[in-house]
Amino acid sequence: MTRGLTWTRALADGPVDGAVPSVITADCTLNGDTARLVAVVPHQESPYHRARKGEVGLLEGLGIAEAVTAVLTEDARLPEDRRRPIVAVVDVPSQAYGRVEELAGIHHALATAVDAHARARTAGHPVISLIVGNALSGGLLAHGSQANQMLALDDPGVVIHAMHKRAAARVTMRTVEQLDELARRVPPLSYDVSDWAKLGLCDDLLRVEHADDPDEQDVRRVKDALAAAVQRARSGPRDLSNRLTSPDALRTRAASHRVREELSAQWR
Amino acid sequence: MQTLTYEFPASRPAARRTHVGVVGSGDLEVLMTPADGTARVRVRTSVDGFDTVWRTVLERFFARNPVAADFELNDFGATPGVVVLRLRQAIESGSSQGGTEGAA
Amino acid sequence: MTRTDWQAMLRRTSFIELNARQRARALLDDGSARELCGPFDRIESPWLEPQGVVPQSDDGVVVMKGALDGDPAVVVAVEQAFQGGGIGEVSGVKMATALSLAARDTRAGTPTPAVLLLETGGVRLQEANLGLAAVAEVCSAILELRALQPVVGVIAGSLGCYGGMSIAAALCTRLIMTEEARLGLNGPEVIESEAGIEEFDASDHPLIWSLDGGRQRVGTGLADTLVLDDVTALRTAVIDAVRAGMPAEQRSRRIKELRAALEAVDPARPPEPAALADVWARAGAKGDGR
Repeated sequence: MTRGLTWTRALADGPVDGAVPSVITADCTLNGDTARLVAVVPHQESPYHRARKGEVGLLEGLGIAEAVTAVLTEDARLPEDRRRPIVAVVDVPSQAYGRVEELAGIHHALATAVDAHARARTAGHPVISLIVGNALSGGLLAHGSQANQMLALDDPGVVIHAMHKRAAARVTMRTVEQLDELARRVPPLSYDVSDWAKLGLCDDLLRVEHADDPDEQDVRRVKDALAAAVQRARSGPRDLSNRLTSPDALRTRAASHRVREELSAQWR
Repeated sequence: MQTLTYEFPASRPAARRTHVGVVGSGDLEVLMTPADGTARVRVRTSVDGFDTVWRTVLERFFARNPVAADFELNDFGATPGVVVLRLRQAIESGSSQGGTEGAA
Repeated sequence: MTRTDWQAMLRRTSFIELNARQRARALLDDGSARELCGPFDRIESPWLEPQGVVPQSDDGVVVMKGALDGDPAVVVAVEQAFQGGGIGEVSGVKMATALSLAARDTRAGTPTPAVLLLETGGVRLQEANLGLAAVAEVCSAILELRALQPVVGVIAGSLGCYGGMSIAAALCTRLIMTEEARLGLNGPEVIESEAGIEEFDASDHPLIWSLDGGRQRVGTGLADTLVLDDVTALRTAVIDAVRAGMPAEQRSRRIKELRAALEAVDPARPPEPAALADVWARAGAKGDGR
């Protein structure tokens, strides 16, 4: 069982289900809110043989878009501050790498997921991503990166990156050892979640005892953190500006700030 | 990557700052900013160990074209021929009245 | 090809042969273009030099404000020659901020559409997590402006638009491509190395263009306009795309259509790329949205 499935089941009030077998949804009570959990999980019998291990492929992009849009539609008549939180439980090894995926336009399928998450966020739904395992590349872009608040477990099994290490070494023409050495000096290259958290993109890094098999206390801890994140999202900006204004981002992303200041000053 | 700096006497003032080229394979970008009396060159190159080649190429170029300016070169493995071509484009576009900044 | 096409080809000025700065200028009205955060502002990537990689003074993204057929517009062009058009912290935030400022102007009463020139391999791996974050911010900013004004994506070639930026492209109001252009999530080399040569032979150029090429993407409705590689043709297509205004429903919102499209394709026996447009048209999966 993968962490995405484990944590979704652990947090869910009741049974989990989904329109496509690899995209599961469930409800989760967080204080007064009923959040909708959405996770991508492996589907060994998927007809897409490159998307059987939890990768975000064509069906998964569509499935995320459908799951999130369903919440938007159901809550459209509610006042904005009462719209349900959406929690993206993130455990995605990557996007699906395959020929039929490119044929049918996997980039477009992932874009529908991105659009749905961002649309929910701007409509007032607190969108929280909870990274419990892998969060790589196109997988994270499609599921998790458009959230108001990004939370991650502080655990060695959590890997957040643009590309898995072996491939990144090959593409940048370095050895894995060189990559590790560089990552100690260049924080955005690091595969360590505590380094990622220092970039200013992380709203809460969660210590749990059993990341693979959470006990009651772990679940309580994560639910409390999710509830707090929902409150922050409801009172915070609906764009992604908090990823630039967090204390860590003010330091790490000095270049981003310079771009924003200069471009705004020169714009007329 | 290596950073190299050079200075050459220069008498011809550059009229205006100019930018040419890209930091792409076999190419370089040149930023030229008018200055007084000297051609100051800073090279950042992706290829280490060519200090003397750079010196020779630049010395020859500025002996013929003593343009007083600061030159910032960001190089991605350009041949001496391409380096000279980009420098010439920079000083030509930085002296002509009709040229636009960053035309190339 | 008709006789007129040949005449047009003989008269044309190639757009593909231009660099990002020249492309941006060529699209805007003569004399109206003004570059923001240009080379002399020297906002470089802070992450490249410590890795021994030579930075570029504009970090490979050109922001040009000006007029498009008389009205305000902003063009953001990725330079494909620098780091494979990879999006890093600075280049990504340049694009995202330009889009947000255009949205701000639009809300304040000056409609400002955007044109994105997307020749990019996606996230710049040398900036990994910050590149990934920047691409997410670009996507968000496209959606912010797209709700108010057209965001027109142009993929002219020759690099193509891949990785996370292909998602950004799919969020654009309209997409313009040439036959030389390519659009896909995963580049051929990446698929071959992740999945093996039997899955994808990256040296098979006809295969690549049959899947990712401009003709295929426009034919199957994943892009909107196929144009000749010609400066005037590109500029005309961009002006038309902006003038066309907002579609009834943006492409990335048409998820019913996507479901129909996926249900019409059997992954065990996928159609030949050339037959896909017909398969989708029969399934009602190639909507107009316009």
